[in-house]
Amino acid sequence: MNNKRKLLSIPYLLWAIVFIIIPLFMVVYYGITDKTGAFTFANIAAIATAEHGKALWLSVLLSFMSTVVCLLLAYPLAMILSKMNIASNSFLVLIFILPMWMNFLLRTLAWLSLLEKTGVINNILKFFGLPTMNIINTPGAIILGMVYNFLPFMIMPIYNALVKIDPNVINAARDLGAGPFKTFTKVIFPLSIPGVISGITMVFVPALTTFVISTILGGNKILLIGNVIELEFTTTGNWHLGSGLSMVLMVFIVISMILTAIFDKDGEGSML
Amino acid sequence: MKKSIAILLCTVLLGTILTGCGSENDTPNGEVYVYNWGEYIDEETIDLFEKETGIKVIYDEFETNEAMYPKVEAGASQYDVVCPSDYMIAKMIDNDMLAELNWDNLPNAKANIGSQYYESSEQFDPGNKYSVPYCWGTVGILYNTQMVDGPITGWADLWNEKYEDNILMQSSVRDLFMVGLKLNGYSLNSTDPAELEVAKNSLIEQKPLVQAYVIDQVRDKMIGNEAAIGVIYSGEAIYTQRQNSNLEYVIPKEGSNVWIDSWVILKDSPNKENAEKFIDFMCRPEIALMNFEYITYSTPNDAARALIEDEDIRNSEIAFPDLSKYDLETFSFLGEEADELYNNLYKEIQSSSN
Repeated sequence: MNNKRKLLSIPYLLWAIVFIIIPLFMVVYYGITDKTGAFTFANIAAIATAEHGKALWLSVLLSFMSTVVCLLLAYPLAMILSKMNIASNSFLVLIFILPMWMNFLLRTLAWLSLLEKTGVINNILKFFGLPTMNIINTPGAIILGMVYNFLPFMIMPIYNALVKIDPNVINAARDLGAGPFKTFTKVIFPLSIPGVISGITMVFVPALTTFVISTILGGNKILLIGNVIELEFTTTGNWHLGSGLSMVLMVFIVISMILTAIFDKDGEGSML
Repeated sequence: MKKSIAILLCTVLLGTILTGCGSENDTPNGEVYVYNWGEYIDEETIDLFEKETGIKVIYDEFETNEAMYPKVEAGASQYDVVCPSDYMIAKMIDNDMLAELNWDNLPNAKANIGSQYYESSEQFDPGNKYSVPYCWGTVGILYNTQMVDGPITGWADLWNEKYEDNILMQSSVRDLFMVGLKLNGYSLNSTDPAELEVAKNSLIEQKPLVQAYVIDQVRDKMIGNEAAIGVIYSGEAIYTQRQNSNLEYVIPKEGSNVWIDSWVILKDSPNKENAEKFIDFMCRPEIALMNFEYITYSTPNDAARALIEDEDIRNSEIAFPDLSKYDLETFSFLGEEADELYNNLYKEIQSSSN
């Protein structure tokens, strides 16, 4: 029995080794060597230069802000979804998942043509004689792109956590005299924390590392750490520096994974 | 026993998956892997080539020379034919990445490409050993006559605060620095740190006026009246003017870049003969004409130019400018050290905010 199970895990093990472990070691190898192959910490220390430090700070700031916005939007929505009956809620869930069926790049490019100066939104505003808005190529546009692209990753884990709450627990709280607000703060919200934490990780990590959204919606005017790494790998061809900076970024990702592991014991994040 | 069966099954499965990727036997004459700029060919010419020769073309695209180089250098994709620009060809020759061409296999290239283009090629490919010119052009300013006051004449106009948020700059490193260097009267091949610092500061100073740093998007944004002024390759000018008659192209008075993109064959190319067939096919007058009419980048193919029916285009100052009238330079390869300097300064521009 035990043997059989081991056998079944071989493909996954192979997958993990070829596509996760080996690449990871290659990143580490590149990160701690220079062009001649000699050992160095310079690629990691490079994060301290003005441009890289600023790019990292901006990335953390923008992804933090998008995570907050996502949370504020997703929580009420997840609550509404969780209270609906099964038939209509699966339809609504589908609506929120639907955009994810489209290519990520296309979705982001669509926002470009919506937000442009002569874009769809401004044309509509102009038609009604309203003042036009100019948010393309600003940090605001990048946050918008992040929120739009990553919102489903926040909704789903929270929704999963909320539907798992036993209604009897809520009824008990009501019986014992707690009002709706108190029920929420003392019962519902604490029970949904694992989902919230998963959601935060699942939005924060991709937002932190993105370079596509900032390139397309930021007009290359705002340099995020993802852009720096992309630049090092594609344009500059300095894989060593790119890997070193990726390792710094990995630290942030590991921290958020540890946080998830502590709070999310039920694995809500794995539902997606 | 069971275990070995499972392993056998796995290997067989893996084997079929892996071989399934490459051994379709419908290409009796082999393949050729081509790596070219985005939207830089009339795809019908590829079909014609495949039909005539029975050689299957695997065609990939890149957006900048700098993005192309590491991919080719890593060798993972095994390209045969690549179409880099002048300075990048010099770098590839320098790093021994290119194969010498056998001109006996390239009769069309020999006969149809104008001799002056081979002469210009000597700057980066001495002796014309490695490259066959495919397209050439200048870099200049495209502007919307309805959105600017008076004609735009030079790079200095891109620093005019009137055009705040209405300027599109190129985002590739050399093209961006070319503007900053030329504005200050320096050579676009400068490696002097002091000169580059001045150019960088000019570009940082300009940043608040710039709407976006893009490459291929300049074309669509200019057509859509999204910006008043954009830095663009001359080859895009004819196309954009066809779509939006308010657009004018000018070669800046401070001087600019004249470039050639040429076909080269990689040294470790497994399909060298097919690669030469492909290049020579692209040099046939009627094929070169198809490509010119599709991509509107100036063709060095004199025989094809003679076939252009529209006289305005055949004698167009944009497509075929009189180079002696302008102060134009070709990019040369500056060495790895200078490349790094450029890249670091480029990052400073990108991360600056004011």
